Amino acid sequence: MKFLNDKALERLRRSSVPDLAGTRYELRELIARGGMGVVYAAEDEKLHRRVALKVLDSTSAAPELAQRLIREARILAQLEHPGIVPVHDVGTLPDGRVFYTMKFVEGLRLDQYVKQLDSLPQRLRLFLRICDAVAFAHARGVLHRDLKPANIMVGPFGEVLVMDWGLAKVLQENSAAAETVFVSSKKENPEAEETQSTVVTGHGTVMGTPGYMSPEQARGETEKVDARSDVFSLGALLKFVAANSPGEKSAKIPRPLLAICAKSMADRPGDRYEDVSDFAADVSRHLDGLPVSSYSESLFEKAGRFYKRHQVAILLITAYLVMRFLVLYFFHR
Amino acid sequence: MTMHGESFPVTRLSVLAAARSADATERGSALDLLFGAYWKPVYKYLRLKYSQAPQDAQDLTQGFFAELLERDLLARFDPAKSRLRTYLRLCADSFALNEIKAASRKKRGGEFAHVALDFSAAEEELRNQAIDPARIPSPESLEEFFEKEWIRALFSSSVGELHKLCETRGRQKAFQIFEAYDLDGEENISYADLAKRHALPVTEVNNQIAWARREFRRIAMEQLHALCGSEEEFTREAKSLFGEAQ
Repeated sequence: MKFLNDKALERLRRSSVPDLAGTRYELRELIARGGMGVVYAAEDEKLHRRVALKVLDSTSAAPELAQRLIREARILAQLEHPGIVPVHDVGTLPDGRVFYTMKFVEGLRLDQYVKQLDSLPQRLRLFLRICDAVAFAHARGVLHRDLKPANIMVGPFGEVLVMDWGLAKVLQENSAAAETVFVSSKKENPEAEETQSTVVTGHGTVMGTPGYMSPEQARGETEKVDARSDVFSLGALLKFVAANSPGEKSAKIPRPLLAICAKSMADRPGDRYEDVSDFAADVSRHLDGLPVSSYSESLFEKAGRFYKRHQVAILLITAYLVMRFLVLYFFHR
Repeated sequence: MTMHGESFPVTRLSVLAAARSADATERGSALDLLFGAYWKPVYKYLRLKYSQAPQDAQDLTQGFFAELLERDLLARFDPAKSRLRTYLRLCADSFALNEIKAASRKKRGGEFAHVALDFSAAEEELRNQAIDPARIPSPESLEEFFEKEWIRALFSSSVGELHKLCETRGRQKAFQIFEAYDLDGEENISYADLAKRHALPVTEVNNQIAWARREFRRIAMEQLHALCGSEEEFTREAKSLFGEAQ
């Protein structure tokens, strides 16, 4: 029987994990396993920093998956925004698996983080930061297509990062933005264009997460997917963020906010907000105590909102009037 | 020797259940598997922990396994209380202490006798292993040592089985590549080097290594499953061995 030295034992124990021999990375623990790949924590030995390494699950994964992972990394590389996780490196491991590294985000997933936020305004402000990142991506011609609590991380200082762009779609109709993404990829690697074009999903492919996926995504109508599909997912996220707090049920979500959710989650894309900026503007207006475009208030609600918005001034004026009345009353007696 | 003879009859069946079987062949195979997995770790452990001379450690090892059968110690094992490995190590400790006190060891065999124990190979391995003598007296380090030796025995046997599988399926090249890259760990050898050496495309080297690793893990997991006292223990052990349950 062959004697196995300690190094061989260690290699065999790690035989199920990616082979990082000859790379600048040393594998640490497994962070998450998704449909397309696995994310590990790794140590960048050159820069002495921790990174997250996303790699295909298997050396025998379909070539389309490898292309999609490369594409995801390249899309991320074009989306330089504080709310989008930055990519550091992309390459192929000795065992043939494609990988990319990105910022190692220490924090909590949105679903875990919102439980710590007591007030609705705090949660809405957090949500608006998610909208900022998505609106930026849309401006660059990129749709996320899988927005859900598990794909949003909140860092220790409250910084929001939109993760997992594996299902992202580059809008073909927005040729300028699409070109921005593709042209720079092409410069890095002549094969890039081929990589991009072969991964565009065809009609009938369902991609997304039930509950957060727009009806057109659920029906596999990929050609109909546009910014309003992400608006749908953001609407579902808003509902989740507004309701998911200890002791608070969705019945307690203010009606204007429910109306915003309803509009953003309308079945027909044409009935939704045109873009994320419009949607976020309505949420901001609600946060500032202003009327929102998707909700017609009754007179009573208008008065209530007016009172809430100008509570201090109204109380001061009331106090002044009461004092004035009392002074006049006692003076005339 | 192999851990369990030519075949691997107790696949997916706990060795503990098979060791109590009325069928002599099944019982023999199970005991072969159990002893094959543990004799080397036990021998090296007793040799180091009790500073026994090679001959005395050999007698202790054979005596321990004979006693395991004579007193039916496996029947007393409770998977809810400990891992089989820990239980056997503690039994070995208890046996060795009694034997050393009594100093009345005699060579014993019984059912264990037909498992050929290559003690000289075990001695050679001990000599080749860089063991820090300063760490040996600590009970934790001896525990770790026993654990590592058990993994070594399990993996060595799995590699042996993989070798046989490659021979029967005509995939000797896969084993040679796996051996050079994972077992021998030749300095700085790359997939490209191996591709050149075996006149294969690099992608084929990827495939061969991936296949060999997958088969190795499958064999190791099957052996591990048979050697565990319960499903819970197996899940824990698999996680500890390969980082996650497979």
